[in-house]
Amino acid sequence: MWRDATLVAGRDLRVEARSRVTVNQVAPFALLVLILFAFALDPEGPVLERATPGLYWVTVLFSALLAIARSAKLDEADGVRDALRLSALDPAGVFAGKALAVAAELVALELLLGAGVVVLYGADPAGVGLLVATCAAATAAVATAGTLYGALVSGLRVRETLLPLLLLPVLAPVLIGATRAFDAALGGVPADGWPWCGLLAAFAVLYSVAGALAYGTLLEGS
Amino acid sequence: MTATTPAGPPSGPPPTAPAAGAAGAASTAGGDAGRRPPAGAGPAHTGSAATRVIGWLALASLALLVLYGLIISPADREMDDVVRLMYVHVPSATYLYLGCFLTTLASGMWLWKRTPGWDALAETGAEVALVFAFVTLLTGSLWGRPTWGTYWTWDARLTTTAVLTALLAGYLALRRLDVDPDARSTRAAVVGLLLVPNVVIVNRSVEWWRSLHQSATLARIDPTIEGDMLVALMVGFLALGLVFAWLTIHRFRVAWLEQQADRVDLDAALAARRAEAADGDPHEKVTPA
Repeated sequence: MWRDATLVAGRDLRVEARSRVTVNQVAPFALLVLILFAFALDPEGPVLERATPGLYWVTVLFSALLAIARSAKLDEADGVRDALRLSALDPAGVFAGKALAVAAELVALELLLGAGVVVLYGADPAGVGLLVATCAAATAAVATAGTLYGALVSGLRVRETLLPLLLLPVLAPVLIGATRAFDAALGGVPADGWPWCGLLAAFAVLYSVAGALAYGTLLEGS
Repeated sequence: MTATTPAGPPSGPPPTAPAAGAAGAASTAGGDAGRRPPAGAGPAHTGSAATRVIGWLALASLALLVLYGLIISPADREMDDVVRLMYVHVPSATYLYLGCFLTTLASGMWLWKRTPGWDALAETGAEVALVFAFVTLLTGSLWGRPTWGTYWTWDARLTTTAVLTALLAGYLALRRLDVDPDARSTRAAVVGLLLVPNVVIVNRSVEWWRSLHQSATLARIDPTIEGDMLVALMVGFLALGLVFAWLTIHRFRVAWLEQQADRVDLDAALAARRAEAADGDPHEKVTPA
C-alpha cells in the first residue's frame, strides 16, 4: 500500500512540478487574500492582530479548496480513473498518495502564509512546537477529508461549486480547532492549545480511515 | 393506467404510468407499473389506505396541538407566551436528528446491500430532515428574540444545527445532479454515511469552543416541566411524529417511483437502439468502422 502511495504521490507532485498551478496560481491567490483581509480590517488597529489566527486558517482553507479541486481534476482527463482501476494499485494506497501530495502542497502554502502573516500582520510566532504540531495535524485533516470529497465530486460538471458546499461544513471543526490552537500559541497559554491539536489529529485519523475504505468504492462507482 | 408489464425482459414498458405516479398523483389505480426485477413488491403510487389514516391522524393531532399549545396550556412564569414555541421547536429538532440517523443508516445499508430501497430511504431521510431543520431554526430564532434578546447566538446547539443544515444541503445538492444514477447513489451514500459522524464532531468541537469562552448560554429546558405544558409537549411530539412519518412514507414512494421512471426511460432508450440496430438503419453507414 505504501509503495502505491508513494507512486501516486510522486506522480501528482511531478505533474504539479511541471504544470506549476499551485506555485503560479494558488500561492499568489493565498497572498492576495491576506492583503484583502488587511484592506477589510484596519491594519493599524487591534482587530487584525486579534483575528490573525482565524484569517490565516480561513485563507488556508480557501487555498486548499483550489489545491484539492486541482488534485481531483488530475484524475479526470485521459481516462486516468480507468487506468487506476486497472493498474492493480491498492485503492487505499491511491487515496494515501493523493492525500500526501495535497498535504505537501498545503505545507508549502502554510509556510508561505506563515511568512505572510509575520511580515504583513506583524504576528509574533511564539510557541513554535504547538504551531508546528497544529499545522501538521490540520494539514493531515484537510488533506484526507479534501481528497475524499474531491473524489466524490470528481467528474461532475458542477464540481467547482459543489466541492466547497460539501467540504467546508465538514471542515468547520478543523477551522475551529486550528484557530484556537494558534490563538493559544500566539497570544495565550500554549497548554490550552494542545487539546485542540488532539481534536485535529482525531479528525485526521477518522478521515484517513474513511477515505482509505471508501476510495475503492468511489473509483469503481464512477 | 394499470399497465402491468411482466417484470423481466426490457420490453419497453409504457413510460407514462410511473412518470405520472412520480409526480405525486395518488389517483393512479393500483397495480405495479413497469418494474424491473430487483424492485420486487412495492408501491406504484404514493398514497395508500395506511398513509391516509396517518395523514388524518396527523391533521387531528395538529389540531389537538393547537388546542393544547395555544389554549389549554398556561403561559410560562418567565417566558410568558413565548414558551408555546417549545411545543413545536423541541419535537422538530428531535425529528431532524432522527432523519439524519435514517440517512446515515440507509446509506450504510445501501453500500452493503445495494438494494434500491435503501438508496431511496437515504434520500428521504435527508430531505425530511432538512424540512425539520428549517422549522427548528425558524422557531428557535423566533423564540430567541424575546427570550435572549437576539435571533441568533453562538451556542453549541445552534451552531451545530446550522452546520448540519449546510451538510444536508450539500448532500441533497449531490443527489440532485443529473448523472448516472448508480454512480450518484454511491457518492451520495458515502456522504450520507459520514453525515452523523460529522455532526458528532462538529457538535463536540463547537461545544468545547463555546465552553472555553462562556458558560452555556441556554439553560436546559426546565426539567420540572409538568402538567398541561408537559401534555402539550407530548402532543407536539405525537403530531410532528405523525407528520414526519407521513412525509417520510410519501417521499420514500416518490423517490422509489423516480428510480422506476429512470429505469423505464433507460429501457425505452435501449430498446429503441436495439430496434435501430436490428433494422440495419441508415445511420450505420455514417458511423466509422
